[in-house]
Amino acid sequence: MTYVLKNVSVRHAAAERSNLSHALNDIDLTVAQGEQIALIGPSGAGKTTLLHTLACAHPPLFGEFSLFGVSPWAITHAQRHALRAHSFLAPQTPPMPPRQRVVTAVLAGRLPRWTIWQAIASLLRPREAEAAYLALTRFDLQDKLYSRVDRLSGGERQRCGMARLLVSDARAFLVDEPLSALDPTLALQTLKTLQDEATTRNATLICSLHQVELALEHFPRIIGLRDGRIVFDAARADVTQEMLNALYRNARSLDSHSTECKEIPPIIAPHVHLENQY
Amino acid sequence: MYTSKTSIDTRLTEGYQPDPAWRGRLTAGIVTVLLLYPMLLASEFQPWILLDAQSLHATWNFLSSFVPPAHSREFLMLMLGATWQTVAIATAGLALALLAATPLSLLACTRFSVSRMESGKLRTASAIIRQIARWILVALRSVPELVWALLLVRIVGLGPTAGVLAIAMTYSGMLGKVYAEILESSESYTTQVLLRNGSSRLAALFYGALPESASELISYTTYRWECAIRGSVVMGFVGAGGIGQRMDESMKMLAGDEVSTMLIIFVLLVACADMVSGFLRKSLG
Amino acid sequence: MRQLPTPPPLIRPATAALVAGLLLLIVASFCSLNMQWAALFGSDAIRSSAEFMAGFAPPDLSGKFLGKIAQGTLETLSMSALGTGIAFIFGLALALPASGRFGGMARSSLRLVLNVMRSIPELVWAVIMLIAAGLGPFAGTIALALHTTGVLGRLFADALENQSPEAEAALRTNGASPMSAFCYAALPQVLPQLMSYTLYRWENNIRAAAILGVVGAGGLGQLLKYHLSLFHMQQAASVIIAILLMIAAVDAMSFRLRRILT
Repeated sequence: MTYVLKNVSVRHAAAERSNLSHALNDIDLTVAQGEQIALIGPSGAGKTTLLHTLACAHPPLFGEFSLFGVSPWAITHAQRHALRAHSFLAPQTPPMPPRQRVVTAVLAGRLPRWTIWQAIASLLRPREAEAAYLALTRFDLQDKLYSRVDRLSGGERQRCGMARLLVSDARAFLVDEPLSALDPTLALQTLKTLQDEATTRNATLICSLHQVELALEHFPRIIGLRDGRIVFDAARADVTQEMLNALYRNARSLDSHSTECKEIPPIIAPHVHLENQY
Repeated sequence: MYTSKTSIDTRLTEGYQPDPAWRGRLTAGIVTVLLLYPMLLASEFQPWILLDAQSLHATWNFLSSFVPPAHSREFLMLMLGATWQTVAIATAGLALALLAATPLSLLACTRFSVSRMESGKLRTASAIIRQIARWILVALRSVPELVWALLLVRIVGLGPTAGVLAIAMTYSGMLGKVYAEILESSESYTTQVLLRNGSSRLAALFYGALPESASELISYTTYRWECAIRGSVVMGFVGAGGIGQRMDESMKMLAGDEVSTMLIIFVLLVACADMVSGFLRKSLG
Repeated sequence: MRQLPTPPPLIRPATAALVAGLLLLIVASFCSLNMQWAALFGSDAIRSSAEFMAGFAPPDLSGKFLGKIAQGTLETLSMSALGTGIAFIFGLALALPASGRFGGMARSSLRLVLNVMRSIPELVWAVIMLIAAGLGPFAGTIALALHTTGVLGRLFADALENQSPEAEAALRTNGASPMSAFCYAALPQVLPQLMSYTLYRWENNIRAAAILGVVGAGGLGQLLKYHLSLFHMQQAASVIIAILLMIAAVDAMSFRLRRILT
């Protein structure tokens, strides 16, 4: 099993002050290795928080959580950090230093594999630049290999973040809204690349999506999330229009290509939770 | 574990180019090393002399005499006087600098020119005066205060007078330049209206540019006061009075305990000046 | 149409008290300093200073002395460049703990150290370093490095603390080690800022290096002090001119550079 969650609740870092309800409530979830899952639901449903929890960015408040058969919050810092290298979380807008070159930004996906000296040497002369080139080729970005990140458009930057995923050694891909800045054709192509890669590596792919049609068309298993709870967790064939209506009832928009109803990410300061190990 | 080569078709690497920036980086690195060598020679950069026995011995002897810092009553009273002298040199120097800088900055600044308002050009005579004022400001501030102090000590003799004058010279140049810039960048409209309505230049300054620029002028002046305190400590080393001169004497006698007291006083003094100037900026700005 | 500004309101009592206090400070300063106005403005004094100034002309421009000045200039520039370079490395190393990466204790103690290093001027450091490093430019280089480490360390720590943490957090969530995440996210993000601080400090340090020599720490200042103390006025004049030219050249260069960069 890649992930097993039993009765997991997660709280926003800001919740104690604002007295919000938990960001995630009583999540029960079992994911087998190699599964491909779409995570859908209205804005603020907790999709991003769930992905962060799966990536061990912050501990759950209660409940049991295991990852590749290990309970990450019961082991030492070093062991947990080694475990993090096995999953890759791609945030919706990949945060990258603006003046960094694309090749370096993509190769940052290799950091868990490199020693610190290899990493520093690679800043001067990119190591394994071919791997970055190949990864970019699959998103039609090979021309941008040596451009600076701040010269990329929003969509290019998003795919650059996905290229980083391809060069990583991860066995679980956690992808947050990978298509939000892409036009429909590119979105399809990008999704296909992600799924092909996951299939080839037998990696687990969990992808949060706003485009319900795309989710239903391409993912065998769909999880509907609303107000921090799992509303349904079903095979594609079993998802009915009523279930979707209930999921999005009174929500701001069902428009699948709307970019304005971006999910508000929870106020988590991941560096607080990632223990300071300097 | 997964590697990219196995799952991605290697034919795709056809268009791959090695890093074009590498050659430039390599060249820059080599040039730096080539430049570094003569620099290391010129500055006699030999860190190992810090570690040779004789130097270690001298350093150790000196540093071990730092504790406990000198704290006899008599010495502390002496320090109190010296500290006050340092502050007084900075304050008096800055006050003189202010007296000199104000007229010079008004001369150097084109904002209050009546001729320019009328014809869009400066009259030749006033243009010449402005240029002269500017050159004086440049000359005053280009010479570091320590060099002024070195020269003045030879004219007026050892003691605080040289320090006050040195600060007055350098800082009038600095204040004058920045004052002129601040006034120049103030909103021209109000001043122009006043001048056009026939008010005098001084009135235009007080009612037009000054209210607008006052806080900026004050905050720059207090910042410079802080710098002047540091400067007046340093000038003591060439004999211009204050705590610097005392420190020079103690260093020559290798009296580590006295030096350590002075360093402590010095750090506190700078911190206090920092606080006071912050307070002044807040309450006057 | 914009209104003419109204005349400033009557001064508040608190401000009045503050201004009175400042005036008192100025008066007290002048009184306690026992200024020798006579030594300055007496007719004797004016004559002797005129003589003193006349001694400067003409500056010594013989080839041999110009060679010495060139050597002094090279020494000054090397001291400033090396001092700034060393300070960059140590400033960055100290900024890591001072930006709170190793916890609150390390942060506050390192900030205290940096503040002390920063509030002791280069010249005072140079005087102290003379004991360990002996007369010459090496002591000056170390002195510049010590003071500048304090200045840059503090600025670097603030820059590191104030940047957005997301890029680094994203790498660490994906299993990068803290050090490599720093090199790939935090450092490149702030590097332009760090470089501009460093260049600015270098400019300052060239000026400082020119005068450090008056306590014996090498460069043009040492030449100046030497010739002034032997009353070689013409040589001293050339050295002063050289210092002024060097400062002017650095100013012009940094002005150009800034214009190109912005």
